[in-house]
Amino acid sequence: MTLKLDARIPDGPLHEKWDECRFHDKLVNPANKRKFKIIVVGAGLAGGSAAAALGELGYQVEVFVFHDTPRRAHSIAAQGGINAAKNYKNDGDSIRRLFYDTIKGGDYRAREANVFRLAQISNHIIDHCVAIGVPFAREYGGLLDNRSFGGAQVSRTFYARGQTGQQLLLGCYQSLLRQVHAGKVRFHARKEMLDLVKVDGHARGIIVRDLVTGEITRHAADAVVLATGGYGNVFFLSTNAKNSNVTAAFRAYKRGAGFANPCFTQIHPTCIPVSSEYQSKLTLMSESLRNDGRVWVPKQKGDQRPPNEIPEDERDYFLERRYPSFGNLVPRDVASRAIKERCDAGYGVGATGMAVYLDFRDAIQRLGRKVIEERYGNLFAMYEKITGEDPYEVPMKIYPAVHYTMGGLWVDYHLMSTIPGMFVLGEANFSDHGANRLGASALMQGLSDGFFVIPYTIGDYLARHGTMDPKQKVQPDHPAFDEVESEVRARIQKLLDVKGSTPVDVFHRRLGHLMWDECGMARSKEGLERALQEIPKIRAEFWKDVAIPGDPKEFNQELEKAGRVADFLEFAELMCMDALHRNESCGGHFRVEYQTEEGEALRDDENYAYVAVWEHRGPDQPPELNKEPLVFEAVHPSTRSYK
Amino acid sequence: MEQKSMRLTLRVWRQDGPNDAGHVETLQVDGILEDMSFLEMLDKVNQDLIRAGKEPIAFDHDCREGICGTCSLMIDGVAHGPMKGTTACQLHMRHFRDGDTITIEPWRSGAFPVVKDLVVDRSAFDRILQAGGYVSVNTGAAPDAHTLPVPKPDADAAFDAAACIGCGACVASCPNGSAMLFVAAKVSHLARLPQGQPERRKRVLDMVAQMDAEGFGACSNHYECEAVCPKEISARVIAEMNRDYLESRLCSGS
Amino acid sequence: MAAKATMAVTGIVLLSFVLGHMAGNLQVFLGPEAMNSYAEFLHDFGHGLALWVVRAVLLACLVLHVASAAYVVRVSKAARPVGYVMKKDVATDFAARTMWMTGLIVLAFLVYHLLHFTIDPLGAYHDFVDAEGRHDVHRMVVTAFQSLPTVAVYVVAQVLLAIHISHGGSSLFQTLGWRSPRNAKWVDRIGPTLAAVILVGNLFIPLGVFAGLAS
Repeated sequence: MTLKLDARIPDGPLHEKWDECRFHDKLVNPANKRKFKIIVVGAGLAGGSAAAALGELGYQVEVFVFHDTPRRAHSIAAQGGINAAKNYKNDGDSIRRLFYDTIKGGDYRAREANVFRLAQISNHIIDHCVAIGVPFAREYGGLLDNRSFGGAQVSRTFYARGQTGQQLLLGCYQSLLRQVHAGKVRFHARKEMLDLVKVDGHARGIIVRDLVTGEITRHAADAVVLATGGYGNVFFLSTNAKNSNVTAAFRAYKRGAGFANPCFTQIHPTCIPVSSEYQSKLTLMSESLRNDGRVWVPKQKGDQRPPNEIPEDERDYFLERRYPSFGNLVPRDVASRAIKERCDAGYGVGATGMAVYLDFRDAIQRLGRKVIEERYGNLFAMYEKITGEDPYEVPMKIYPAVHYTMGGLWVDYHLMSTIPGMFVLGEANFSDHGANRLGASALMQGLSDGFFVIPYTIGDYLARHGTMDPKQKVQPDHPAFDEVESEVRARIQKLLDVKGSTPVDVFHRRLGHLMWDECGMARSKEGLERALQEIPKIRAEFWKDVAIPGDPKEFNQELEKAGRVADFLEFAELMCMDALHRNESCGGHFRVEYQTEEGEALRDDENYAYVAVWEHRGPDQPPELNKEPLVFEAVHPSTRSYK
Repeated sequence: MEQKSMRLTLRVWRQDGPNDAGHVETLQVDGILEDMSFLEMLDKVNQDLIRAGKEPIAFDHDCREGICGTCSLMIDGVAHGPMKGTTACQLHMRHFRDGDTITIEPWRSGAFPVVKDLVVDRSAFDRILQAGGYVSVNTGAAPDAHTLPVPKPDADAAFDAAACIGCGACVASCPNGSAMLFVAAKVSHLARLPQGQPERRKRVLDMVAQMDAEGFGACSNHYECEAVCPKEISARVIAEMNRDYLESRLCSGS
Repeated sequence: MAAKATMAVTGIVLLSFVLGHMAGNLQVFLGPEAMNSYAEFLHDFGHGLALWVVRAVLLACLVLHVASAAYVVRVSKAARPVGYVMKKDVATDFAARTMWMTGLIVLAFLVYHLLHFTIDPLGAYHDFVDAEGRHDVHRMVVTAFQSLPTVAVYVVAQVLLAIHISHGGSSLFQTLGWRSPRNAKWVDRIGPTLAAVILVGNLFIPLGVFAGLAS
């Protein structure tokens, strides 16, 4: 192992660690903050909140987004809600319980100290978001409403109809624009980060491509913050936005940042099934639907009757049957596998047999159509738009789809990667969700990282390693920038020089199919080995035959896609290697060889209670595995049971 | 289940860049399935173009689930196409028929210059919000979320306005090229909440001033914006902003 | 936005005038006495000062109404330098889209109308005096509307005015912030209703006189 993986977890009892950290962290004097420039890449919940908070503190912040405006970031699509340990419902919630649920939900593969801090900060997030005008759902008394979510037996999820992510993102975006107006933040739209620049081992800048003019530019700073989201699009079909990609994170990996647990991907149980071969993305139906919807398949294999004609005693409500205490609200990984199991066994419904019903008949009878409409109206409308079927009348058909990636760049307790000066926030890091993320926790983590963690921890780095002397600051004319920029240009040229005849999407789709089959919901040694043989073949064909029309010096969407798919084609290998090496099943990582007799995930705490951190060793070298052992002091890993 | 395959004629706006005059290109496309979304139809057209060695049609898109607001197509003369409350990415081909001719254009507004083909620059919207579309509260300063109750009807009304996705369909469809629905949605969202009150007057004046400076047209109550808004934001927000604006102008004495 | 508010407020004033003017002139069907004494009353009220104050206010409103309209039209045309190849209207109507055209034609008519009856530069009606020595407005109107072309001009103008009011009479509520989803249903009927009333009332004058109902 060559990476130095010091997680810098503060001493002391769990609930005092964050205090301890903040007390021992060095501070930057308010008057000196403006002498430091920080680059933030990505402006979703994590990046947007970080940029706003850092701007408020007085740092000079430069934000880069590949979208036309920060408000497009894919945080906007999160539907269900955001967790917090407020215990407003008086139902037994506490910081400790949120911490415990998150650790357990993550199948004991997350770092205790980080998760406890997340639970502590969760309450401040709600306070702050209310203060900046996020219109959360309220009760008639004027106070905030909560609902239940998978993996928890308390109601702790704050929501804004089915558009919580949108409302939170817009809150962040508005705070960000306020700092732009104040001159603290400069934001650069339609600029994609293509590489990281290091000077003396520290992150000191990035190389970006202007997506409108094709111009390649360099940007130097005292620290770099990556908040570039997850890599679910390696599967081609996922609930991610079309432009979500791994490039920024993968480029940082190639510059020396450790990549942690890349195989930990989350398959969301309730998505609209695939309907045509031209399908470009999958649409999520919020987990909140499982509060009132009941999941079932016919008891009889291949039952072709319309769902409403199948009588009650011929329906198998398999989640309720298998998991009586959590029922339809089991965590995502558990629900997804149970759905796949039924479909693989031949009980699936719909044209492809790859779907199960999510039925609201009982809820509509119990609560009335109006209540259901108020709770899920926009989701029902969305379902109808896409499928042409009315879910008030006919049960929804759903099937699992790739949704979120728990893996990401390794970070310590300060959210700093193995490259000093480069911090990673939100879905792009690996830190808080272990092997499976609970619903309504992604928004919580993004905002926690951005609003409440990075403002403290980046100050410590700058106070210790930054320089205020303008003469000593790294400038964009530093030779390190020359070198990285020429590599970026060469890579673009190499893509253009292929001059092949096959569109980028064709390769992406092939890679996606392969990854879904071999590295998706169920993985096996043979399958992963097969994938590891196939991926280099697709990659070779890509570099032989990819077609990229148009000019690199103009708006060129095929060139953008090609660069991203080229990175996916390398990254996919890393994912499969990680999945192959982890000889256990945990959370979203299910190896068919490791399961209980009842088909539940079989963890191996003795051998795999660690974070797998992959280190790039050069173009022709296999990556090296480094391990950060996970130590559990407050909770004792046990077999996860939702029965 | 075999889906019917459709044959369509597309009339698509092609424009190399902001300085190119642009023109309508007519394309014959085949093999379109009714379960495809409108953008998946364009994906297929683009793949066919690339295979034929031609440049694909540039169009903006991202989430493809109707929430990011990136897609921005004028389809047969209607922003986001013929289905009410639906973004172009959620429009499906089952609403078209074999043999149809479909005209696709970018948003037309002086404040939204064309970047390429169907892609426009909507940064004017960011600048309007920068002028005041926020609550000036720094991180860390907030009291407990329950200190300030908000009546449910107000919270709901604020949400309805805040549901705007910033796509620009309102501007695109307005006969006057006005951005009133977009601006008013944000003004109304914050004006309906107690958190928005301290800056209420300054906000509306500053945002309207920036809206005018960006070169958007004036509203003359055609209600086209409301009719095409994919989030079905009511024009009541415009009335609310008008009232707020007049009150603020009269009270600030300018 | 100030321009739109100006247009709405001046619109209210002008609309009120149109209604009053209609009511006053319908007295032509009550006979010469009613009409002529009403005219004299208007002339002499407040020692003749009131008439000029009202005229000044109306003129100011008219100028502001037209100027703000010109501003709105100019800004809106500039906002879309390149038009659509294909554009469909989903919600708007003929009246809303033609406001500036109907407005301009009505403005031209107004000039004609003032020249015709009020200023009368050729002195066609100068010597129309009734038995009591008052200006014989009744006879003037009756005489004027014997001519078919004159009647035609008035009819066309009233139709255009009604179209203009059918949008403006409702639109002003939205502009001044008084329209809401709760009242939109009836607010949106105010304009068309006012337009219908004014159309019927104002058309009745030339057509009724032409048909011989006022002699």
